Amino acid sequence: MSETPAIELRGINKSFGPVHANKNIDLVVKKGSIHGIVGENGAGKSTLMSILYGFYHADDGDILVNGKKVTIADSKAAIGMGIGMVHQHFMLVDNFTVLENVVLGAEDSAMLAGGLDRARIELKRLEEEYELRVDPDALIQDLPVGLQQRVEILKALYRSAEVLILDEPTGVLTPPEADHLFKILEVLKKEGKTILLITHKLREIMAATDSVSVMRRGEMVATRETQNTSMEELAELMVGRSVLLRVDKKPAVPAEPVMEVENLCVTDQRGVQVVKDVSFSVRAGEIVGIAGVSGNGQSELLETLSGIRRATQGRLKINGETIDLGTSTLDAADMRARSMGHVPEDRHRMGLINSFSEYENSILGYHRDPAYSSGLLMNIAAIKENAVAEIGKYDIRPPNPMLKTASFSGGNQQKIVLAREIERDPEVLLVGQPTRGVDIGAIEFIHSRLVELRDAGKGILLVSVELDEIRALADRILVMFDGRIVGERGANADEGELGLLMAGVEDNAKMSVEGDVR
Amino acid sequence: MSAGQLPRWVDYGLIPFVNLAAAFLVSGLVVVLIGENPLEAVRILLWGSLGYGEGIGFTLFYATNFIFTGLAVAVAFHAGLFNIGGEGQAYVGGLGVTFACLALDHIVPWYVTLPFAIVGSALMGAAWAFIPAWLQATRGSHVVITTIMFNFIASSLMVYLLNSALKKPGSMQPETRTFEAGGRLPFLNDVFPSFGFGYAPVNLSLFVALAACVLIWLLIWRTKLGFEIRSFGANATAAVYAGISPVRTIVITMLISGGLAGMMAINEIMGSQHRLLIDFVSGYGFVGIAVALMGRAHPVGIVLAAILFGMLYQGGAELSFEMPNITRDMIIVIQGLVILFAGALEHMFRPAITRLFTPSRALAAEEA
Repeated sequence: MSETPAIELRGINKSFGPVHANKNIDLVVKKGSIHGIVGENGAGKSTLMSILYGFYHADDGDILVNGKKVTIADSKAAIGMGIGMVHQHFMLVDNFTVLENVVLGAEDSAMLAGGLDRARIELKRLEEEYELRVDPDALIQDLPVGLQQRVEILKALYRSAEVLILDEPTGVLTPPEADHLFKILEVLKKEGKTILLITHKLREIMAATDSVSVMRRGEMVATRETQNTSMEELAELMVGRSVLLRVDKKPAVPAEPVMEVENLCVTDQRGVQVVKDVSFSVRAGEIVGIAGVSGNGQSELLETLSGIRRATQGRLKINGETIDLGTSTLDAADMRARSMGHVPEDRHRMGLINSFSEYENSILGYHRDPAYSSGLLMNIAAIKENAVAEIGKYDIRPPNPMLKTASFSGGNQQKIVLAREIERDPEVLLVGQPTRGVDIGAIEFIHSRLVELRDAGKGILLVSVELDEIRALADRILVMFDGRIVGERGANADEGELGLLMAGVEDNAKMSVEGDVR
Repeated sequence: MSAGQLPRWVDYGLIPFVNLAAAFLVSGLVVVLIGENPLEAVRILLWGSLGYGEGIGFTLFYATNFIFTGLAVAVAFHAGLFNIGGEGQAYVGGLGVTFACLALDHIVPWYVTLPFAIVGSALMGAAWAFIPAWLQATRGSHVVITTIMFNFIASSLMVYLLNSALKKPGSMQPETRTFEAGGRLPFLNDVFPSFGFGYAPVNLSLFVALAACVLIWLLIWRTKLGFEIRSFGANATAAVYAGISPVRTIVITMLISGGLAGMMAINEIMGSQHRLLIDFVSGYGFVGIAVALMGRAHPVGIVLAAILFGMLYQGGAELSFEMPNITRDMIIVIQGLVILFAGALEHMFRPAITRLFTPSRALAAEEA
């Protein structure tokens, strides 16, 4: 095609401190097409789109809109160039009507009335043209999420957007709502609009797009015509064959289950069910890996098991005790008392308090342990002694317990968390993304510590979006997709097969899982 | 990368000093504008507050109030809470002191009454903080809003009580009867005559305030509860991960905070006025916010900041006496400027100072 592309990106680079979020990105989006961008969370998709929409500024590289080189200073400039964005989390005023939300920021004049009337006529035209029916006088708070999203699209169209960016548009939608959205996108395409669809769901890419670009770890690794590719290929591109991880370990010798989860359901704060009827068990002396693209309920699963989040129903058997998670009020301290350790997925947000000294973080969650108190006061000497011992054993650098935690590198921070949780000798250890943002040396160290703990007869539940890590560590692999466990495989499972399961392609083999459902 | 990596002397010394200097610079301009000599004004202010025994006594008396209310705000800060209800909590705390004194002043000496007054004032102040705390913890109603509202409620409640149940029979004044010796703390001038505090009302509650500083330091940095309070304030998500209950932490922290604010009433009621009267708090609760900000929520900093504000109060009174052009209201303007620069504009110079100190440090680290 010789036609000028609607959007062209050339050599876009963007770093946030040490994190290189976008590396030399090139992208060409044809006019009147639906172009998908896939990649795991953290692959850099949202950063790239934020650059296109003027939220961030690229460190270098060019943006061309309709063949013309442009500088997009802010989102207002982006709108001026005909670029509209529908955010993952809607930017709507809940107690305004649909009409008011559409006009907001594009009122034309100081007095509202005239603008509102014109908007009402324009809205009617848009509704008919694109089959985007919404009551203009309804309050946003009364609308279901699917309709709220439609308002976001209308907002963009009202500002005469020619290019529409949709960031994870189906994340909050029910399947019928998602289907309807794709119909709308088809209509928009027919009317000549260009659509950029950001998602990590391969099925949507295959169903809705004309071409697709795959991002991985900040790089654009491939662009394909959708009809010439397959979910298998995309899954492989998305997950990538990164550094081959090898962990020296003996075959697992699993014993009795130490943790059994039955029919666990969890609903998040938006009211969307994120964990759907999940059952599995972890036996003493084995590592059970949960694979899956992030955002498929793994985080919520870990948080619920560790007592941070409440379930709507489900049972948990741990240490011979059965807990009804639907009614339980046990918090994280209570779960620790039941010998459950937890290395959280996000050490900055949850696992550590960055403004605290290393030694203070070395007892976070275990600060009520009598070993660290003498009478009413905390026994600082004992706490420091323990911290120094952990620093030595886990080779935490710099070896200074007084140093603020924020001053440690990612790998060393993770070691602080790991040391704290493993050294309390838990029967069950929940581990989320143990090596995210961690250098290779520390990765090996962390992996061998986990295997040691397993060999000591403890049960480990490992959640990771790094398939290599799961394959290297886990003795059994469960795949989560859309809140469900969609398959179970052995340690030597085929990578492509796991990739497909992770992308939500039905498990044809339907392996017997009764061993876990019990 | 992150702030908070500044050397301690910058964080605790330079930044407050720069803020203070800016406040005095602007104040100086105001003084020039009304046609007075700013250097002379500073001299009078310093002399009035520190130049003679009685002045020092008044400065310390005011400082005692500010230590209590400053500590109250600081404790809440550590849990990430902004308790600006110190005014109301101190006011209602006055009831606790008054009940203890009215009940005991005839029968026992002051040192028996004092523990009851301390407990009473802390309990009443804490009680006044409880409802905002509970609403914040369970319903998410912001303590800033609710504590402000409770200041107004406290004010009305006290006016009502002082005009009815608590009023001295047969009097027109909205105040209680004057306490007997058993309800009066000794003035420091009587305890240490050699200091020559004269008629200054500074009294033994200064030592109660200093003891409170030590206890609060221990609480925040040496106890499990303090660890939980600081954890919750620094990173609430991590606190929940650590099994720290947000509801419990918010409520307990606010009770301690309210209790400390309430204890301010010991100084005013039992130490100086010897009766409960309308509006005895007169803004000390609010100044506590500036004291806590300036003292960086650390007891030592709070003592220093409290003395500074004590100087402003006492020296300011002297100044308006010596320079008739500088009225009482002008003094309030100067105090307001200090609060503005030390409190509200606390972050104005911080980014620049941080930049000044970060690159050189980073380079040094690279070379090392």
